Amino acid sequence: MSTSETPPSGPPKGLGPLAKREMRFAYLLLLPTFLIVLSVVLFPLIANVWISFKPVALADLRPPAILVNERLMGKFEVAGDEADIRYRARNSSRKSAITDVVFTDTVPDSLKILTVNDRCVATGQNIRCDLGDYAPGQREDIVVRVAAMQAFIDAPENIKDSDPEFTFVPENILTNGEFTFDNFKRLFNASDFWTVLWASMYYTIAGTVGALVMGLFAAQLMNITFGGRAILRGLFLSPYVAPVIAVALAWVLLLDPGPGGTLNALLIQLGVIDGPISFLGQRAVDITILGFTFTFPVALTVVIIFEIWRYFPLAMLFILARMQSMSTDIYEAAEIDGATPLQQFRFISLPQLMGIMAVLFLLRFIWTFNKFDDIFLLTGGAAGTRTLTVNVYEQAFALSNLGAGAAVAVVVFLVLLCFSVIFFKFSPEDDA
Amino acid sequence: MSRLGNIFYISIVFGALWGAIWTVIVTLLALFVSGLTFQPQVTAGAFAGLAAAGILMWQPHERRSLALRAVAGLAFIILLLVASGAEPMGQPISTYAFGQFVFVILTAIFVVQSIYFVGANLGPGSEKRYNIEVLCLRFIKGFGLVAFTIAVALPFFVMIMMSLKNQQLLLSNPLDFSIDFGQGFSALFRSYIELFTRYHFGTYLMNSALVSVATVAITLFFAVPGAYAVARLRFPGQNFLSRSILLIYMVPMIVLVIPLYAIFSQLGMRNTLWGLLFVYPATTIPVALYMLQGYFRGIPAELEEAGLMDGLTRLNVIIKITLPLALPALASVALYVFMIAWNEFLFAFMFLDNVDLFTLSRGIAELNSSEVPRQHLMAGAVIATVPVLALFLWFERFLVTGLTAGSVKG
Repeated sequence: MSTSETPPSGPPKGLGPLAKREMRFAYLLLLPTFLIVLSVVLFPLIANVWISFKPVALADLRPPAILVNERLMGKFEVAGDEADIRYRARNSSRKSAITDVVFTDTVPDSLKILTVNDRCVATGQNIRCDLGDYAPGQREDIVVRVAAMQAFIDAPENIKDSDPEFTFVPENILTNGEFTFDNFKRLFNASDFWTVLWASMYYTIAGTVGALVMGLFAAQLMNITFGGRAILRGLFLSPYVAPVIAVALAWVLLLDPGPGGTLNALLIQLGVIDGPISFLGQRAVDITILGFTFTFPVALTVVIIFEIWRYFPLAMLFILARMQSMSTDIYEAAEIDGATPLQQFRFISLPQLMGIMAVLFLLRFIWTFNKFDDIFLLTGGAAGTRTLTVNVYEQAFALSNLGAGAAVAVVVFLVLLCFSVIFFKFSPEDDA
Repeated sequence: MSRLGNIFYISIVFGALWGAIWTVIVTLLALFVSGLTFQPQVTAGAFAGLAAAGILMWQPHERRSLALRAVAGLAFIILLLVASGAEPMGQPISTYAFGQFVFVILTAIFVVQSIYFVGANLGPGSEKRYNIEVLCLRFIKGFGLVAFTIAVALPFFVMIMMSLKNQQLLLSNPLDFSIDFGQGFSALFRSYIELFTRYHFGTYLMNSALVSVATVAITLFFAVPGAYAVARLRFPGQNFLSRSILLIYMVPMIVLVIPLYAIFSQLGMRNTLWGLLFVYPATTIPVALYMLQGYFRGIPAELEEAGLMDGLTRLNVIIKITLPLALPALASVALYVFMIAWNEFLFAFMFLDNVDLFTLSRGIAELNSSEVPRQHLMAGAVIATVPVLALFLWFERFLVTGLTAGSVKG
């Protein structure tokens, strides 16, 4: 009440009640998105860094368990004979401990429990043992001495009919406190680390520039009017739209060096080559031009051509949209001034396209660097095509070392972060 | 001034090039269709093309009538036959005679039309740099169209044709893509029928459809309110959000796959479709949100304000005013998300072990072994490609406007 007597001077500071309500509503609308992105993108990013410092193999993901083998040591001939029931328990994991192991089993009614292990209690026919903690790979025998009663001799029962039961708390390999630098040490000491990094950069740069140039060219073609243009445009977009596995495998069969490979058969038929070329299996070939010999990476180049083939439509689409939104006045003026078509392209079209080309370069560069499926399906990372992303899979799942894979993934992310910083520093404000 | 100038001379060079290009292409086409070992007669084709261009371009452009083009075409055929020793496609004219006849005529038509369109309204005399550039650019563009079309179509062509053959034929003559229609429907589509009856492709198709549609629904359900908030409502961090939301899309999937694999394994969510339905929307929501907020900003705020004045709540404004206006954008986002989910390979490959849960991508990966014949693999590829391509081509206009107008404005 008292505030209403002194009128506020100047504009109100902070958020008014209406603005606050709007803010709360906005946050409410954004909350679900925020949560799902947090749990599936941001949290795994951090978890990945965590895993990269841990010695985790793929097999460790299966939680450790107690394996038990139950056996009757001795024979019952007449009533009163004694024998041991031996339970041989083992921690299935060689790496992680199991805590609070409790063991229970029931002995048949016709057997009398004489003595039990000192950590066990027998109540009636039931045995219960508190076994405490099991170290990785630890094994232990629990022995229960029993005597047969007449009923057992008359109708022997199999002691295995009642399964021994264990309750325990397995240690989670992902959340325990064991850390190591081995993953990173091994990664940077590996002889092929720099090869992989170089392949990654070559693939990314050549793939991005190639897709952009081809996209620019295709956009010029699609900008002229002719019958059937819509059909052709649909066709040109299809490499981008079709499932990657479908087109990648079609390429694999197309480029197959064995019998049945279409392209090799075609080139031999045309007399271009003498024998089949293993396009996706040959690492490099030496080419001599003017006395200079240089090594040409075959498989890597073919993989890059696939990348260009698959992603030029995206560049084409954006460049075409930009071209069709350009005003025609300036071209008419240039016509009158006598500018030739090439000059018009060089001095009018290209400057206007530079903005969208820069954005496309940025996006495509990062996406190409991130690309995994294409190379994985074409070569599986063989013949010098192993990029960083394929190396993540190779380490984590082919070599079953999750920690090492995560370490490579951390490197991928760091390289990406560097690119982003460089790009956003040097890119013009309005485009990004 | 001589009647023949630079345009004429450049044109006959292009004529020779067109002759060579079309001879190669049509001969290869004939080779694929017939399965015979044809050899393109490149030099003969080039020579004949040069002559045909000479005949056509000799005349001023307004006199290059249909009849003249027919004469040029005839000259092309005769010269091709003579120069190749009556073997226009590297085989005696008697083998596959009717086919050769058709393909040679086709070559002639393509060559003459190409020369005609490239030289339209030009020549044959000397002209300025402007028109020479026009002539050269027309040739380059024409050649580009042909080259692009072949490069794009060849893998798809091979994919379809291989799926209709059988392994022995493919291995014995890999260039024979002739189709024997006489064998009947069930023999021709044997691979497809086997995939559906023996390889559970019906299940895969259902799973793919289910996952993709559900991903679209979940994505839109989350992204629409989010996009509306970013586009319309004022709150601290709005600018930051609208700029940085796309950064999420830059995070490589391969970096997420190890932790998600580990965590989902331990939670028992890995080998389930629910797991995919958790991961897919998370990767598509940011880009959907970004595309939608761009479109929402374009809708006049006055319309919504009028609704608010009339007593509608915010939620009702969104449902009754904003969404109907944004329908084209919603369609394009839905299509784009569908495409991503349908084509997704990495997570389907890593997560699914159970045959009953396989999506198409995962199912095809399973076919990719030496025990499964190639035609099955390619038939699987066709089955996965056809639905998404058909849907895309059908709604192409939506997608193109949505992708380009909504997301990146250059």
